[in-house]
Amino acid sequence: MPDALLLLALLLLPFAGSVVAAALPRHAGGAAAAVAGAVAIGALALVWVAYPAVSAGTVLRAEFAWMPSLGLNLVLRLDGFAWLFAGLVTGIGALVVLYARYYMDPGDPVPRFFAFLLAFMGAMLGVVTAGNLIQLAFFWELTSLFSFLLVGYWHHTQAARDGARMALTITAAGGLALFAGVLVLGHIVGSYDLDALLAAGDAVREHALYAPALVLLLLGALTKSAQFPFHVWLPQAMAAPTPVSAYLHSATLVKLGVFLLVRVWPVMGGTDAWVWTVGLAGLVTMLVGAYIAIFQDDLKGLLAYSTISHLGLIVLLLGLKSELALVAAIFHVVNHAAFKCSLFMAAGIIDHETGTRDIRRLSGLNRLMPFTGRLALVAAAAMAGVPLLNGFISKEMFFAEALSAEVPVHPLLNVLPLAAMTASAFSVAYSLRFIHGTFFGPDPQGLPRTPHEPPTWMRFPVEILVLTCIMVGMLPAATVGPYLDVAARAVLGPATPAYSLAVWHGINLPLVMSIIALAAGAAIYAALHRRLREGMDGPPLIRRLDARRIFEQAMVAISWRLARRLERILGTQRLQPQVRLLFGAAIAAGFAAALLRGVGPGNLAPAPVDPVLALLWVVGAGCALGAAWRAKFHRLAAVMLSGGAGLVVVVTFVWFSAPDLAITQLTVEIVTTVLLLLGLRWLPKRVEVPGERGPEVLTRTRRLRDLLIAVAAGGGMAMLAWLVMTRTPADLLARHFLARAYTEGGGTNVVNVILVDFRGFDTLGEIFVVAAVALATFALLRRFRPAPDSLELPEQQRDADGAAGPQTGWMVVPFLLARLVFPLIVIVAAFLLLRGHDQPGGGFAAGMVVAIGVLLLYIIGGADWTEDRLRFLRPVAWIGTGLLLATGTGLAALFFGRPFLTTYFAYAELPLIGKVPTASALIFDIGVFALVVGATLLMLVALAHQSVRAHRRRTEEG
Amino acid sequence: MELVVSLGIGVLAGSGVWLLMRPRTFQVIIGLSLLGYAVNLFIFSTGVLRSGAAAILSPGEVGSIDRYADPLPQALVLTAIVIGFATTALMLVVLLAARGLTRSDHVDGREPER
Repeated sequence: MPDALLLLALLLLPFAGSVVAAALPRHAGGAAAAVAGAVAIGALALVWVAYPAVSAGTVLRAEFAWMPSLGLNLVLRLDGFAWLFAGLVTGIGALVVLYARYYMDPGDPVPRFFAFLLAFMGAMLGVVTAGNLIQLAFFWELTSLFSFLLVGYWHHTQAARDGARMALTITAAGGLALFAGVLVLGHIVGSYDLDALLAAGDAVREHALYAPALVLLLLGALTKSAQFPFHVWLPQAMAAPTPVSAYLHSATLVKLGVFLLVRVWPVMGGTDAWVWTVGLAGLVTMLVGAYIAIFQDDLKGLLAYSTISHLGLIVLLLGLKSELALVAAIFHVVNHAAFKCSLFMAAGIIDHETGTRDIRRLSGLNRLMPFTGRLALVAAAAMAGVPLLNGFISKEMFFAEALSAEVPVHPLLNVLPLAAMTASAFSVAYSLRFIHGTFFGPDPQGLPRTPHEPPTWMRFPVEILVLTCIMVGMLPAATVGPYLDVAARAVLGPATPAYSLAVWHGINLPLVMSIIALAAGAAIYAALHRRLREGMDGPPLIRRLDARRIFEQAMVAISWRLARRLERILGTQRLQPQVRLLFGAAIAAGFAAALLRGVGPGNLAPAPVDPVLALLWVVGAGCALGAAWRAKFHRLAAVMLSGGAGLVVVVTFVWFSAPDLAITQLTVEIVTTVLLLLGLRWLPKRVEVPGERGPEVLTRTRRLRDLLIAVAAGGGMAMLAWLVMTRTPADLLARHFLARAYTEGGGTNVVNVILVDFRGFDTLGEIFVVAAVALATFALLRRFRPAPDSLELPEQQRDADGAAGPQTGWMVVPFLLARLVFPLIVIVAAFLLLRGHDQPGGGFAAGMVVAIGVLLLYIIGGADWTEDRLRFLRPVAWIGTGLLLATGTGLAALFFGRPFLTTYFAYAELPLIGKVPTASALIFDIGVFALVVGATLLMLVALAHQSVRAHRRRTEEG
Repeated sequence: MELVVSLGIGVLAGSGVWLLMRPRTFQVIIGLSLLGYAVNLFIFSTGVLRSGAAAILSPGEVGSIDRYADPLPQALVLTAIVIGFATTALMLVVLLAARGLTRSDHVDGREPER
């Protein structure tokens, strides 16, 4: 099978299985388990298929282009070490699926469980097969996410929710740190490729950024592998269903940190900083975890702390400057997975059968479930490091390393051998407690359920794992030897040291240490076991250091108290200070840029001032200032003045060669004015009382400040505009547009060609925005409730004498004129639309003109009359047609094998009229036109109808 | 000529900014409208101001920047005008709805405490 296919199948199979399992109905637990089992076994088979190549030293590699412009590729990579982990993930995964099939209660949504489990398996495989650091960080976070979902599977219980949240907070935060570390590493190496990193060891170790990269990476690894002081989350995660604990918290997820440390060991390891941080973290974790484990009353809690301790041991091994220690660490990863997974499963069986996991309530189960008892006994013995079991061999290697390691401290201060022995003794003590407390002693009293042996197939995974413990323990070189060799060689390459996997190395110091540890552990348990049975309420000496409480308090402090305080200091619910701050910041930024960078002279000579335009702008500036001055008490005047300023802008557009802008601005000006006039009616009356005493001092200072801001903003804008206008860059995008507008776009009006052709996608986006805004206004107005003081008929209407319909009275003449003019307006619009591609005009302007025509009828004829006559007036249909036409024109290009929105144009020979340019852009422009008509009318008509509605409401009430 | 237009932009922007900081919603709408003019003119002015050089080619011509005004800022401003109209409409309706709900036309939805 080609490498690429194999690796891709290995990665995608679990995710595909997850989707299938998620699609199964809630009660199809058995089917989901079958899917999960098939996927796990299939993935295991794929891993096995890869073995011949991997064992020959080949690195399977597959690359897929992702962002080639940034030099980023998706790389799948499987070397010996990754192969070992992939084997663990899929092999133990298969066993856990089988176990979970019998463990899970059919009342729960079991398919969801298997879907999460498979997705987690996929994420794990993603991490171990990642050949790109960013990819690794991504799948790393994915494992945190699915671990969150799995731990919180029984989300109806508080403990599961808290545990899941804590696990996610700590491991995902670590994952972010890892991501940052990966970015730093990528910066150092110049590539995110794992092979490039592995080849750049010296460069990385000597780089100035080595320390930050190391710290960030370690934050990721140590949080994931539950190292002190981040170990808090693992005991809380025991609220997960036991298969999850057996899978995630013994064999896979928590080993990811170790995986990462081994991966970067050849590159980053061996420095003093590495030895101190990694070694110390491992040492402290190993001792603290083992110590606390003795005093746990919950079976799973005991196993969790034991896991923490064993992970500490592995991390400590990796912190030593020794290749042999690395081999021992990899070996212990496998051994620990085998015995801890089986112990978790045994704990699950006990919980399942008796209804409790409290060691103080359990005893004498050996008589009721002898077979399970024996399996657990062997697994616990392996955990304690009893000879002839796998735990013993890796422990011996650990002792040998602890004795011979070079540590950067004085030999007399070297506590390593002593610490190793102490931790080992603790480990014996808690293993004894697990077995003796549960399976021996008098018959159990008052258990929630009467225990008996579990179903055969539920015990089967435990049997396999325990058998592995025994086989590896007795014949290590023949069983695990080759695989361990493949993994170690993949990491160390030619530097792999000679080592011997054997049960008996003769009587030497490590063996003596083992014997002492076994005896000491038994003595500790013998001394404590009565008091433990009665309940000791947590470990002595550090009882008051409740890590969970510290974590909770920290979370409350950060997410609640700190947030509240910051909000009180920095936040405001008032708009004006925020707006002021915004303008202040913008002005400061603008002036700061000018001051810091300096302003050079422009490269254009200013044109002489034309008095006509100058006079025009005197009027325009007066209008703007007047609008600003009158907007509070004289709204109608302000609307008119603002319109005046708009007209000056229109003339400026005409003056400086922008006819399209002028047409559009003019039509928009008209519609905006009508819109504002329609809105005025619903605003409260605000009358300036002459002779009223002036504003207070506070208000006056506030106004002065605002005036200063406004003057600064206006002055800044004027300066900026002046500076921009007096210089022009050497190369302009416009060259390209001007040169190709006709030859490739088929239109002489370059602005229009840019809109509907070159930048058609922008225009498409824009008309969607306009449509969304129109629908939003419509929706808001549907629920519009005017304020009570606006409900009355306005005085202008009240005082009008006999405000009759349009057909009679003083509106007759304008009404007649409006009806006569309307067809003309439509013709003008059609003219503007059709010639848009070649002459000023286009869809926007034409749409506005039609809208103005209809508005005129509304204003003069009234809403009822107009809607009776103009049946085609369904704004929403216009909007829909417009969007469909524009998008459809764009999509049509796809049928001809061109990119989205490619324009086609040709000259059609029409009888009588002659040669007519027909570009598909015209259809696009018709879409724009329809949309503008629809959107404008929808907004204006919805607003205008409010008056009619209010009037009806009044008449109904009155 | 450039001076006239840039001063005009300055006055429009200053009036707009002043109104945006006022307490009544209607003032804010007029302010947005004035600031919109200023910004549109500013963007327009980034393609140099030229008279009698509208970017209308003759058929078959390969246009050049020496003969015609820069059409790109014009195209940008054209869409900006339409979007500006749409947002003004949306603002107005939000204003009216807020006034109906809160019984106040203050930008904070309640009369300031004195």
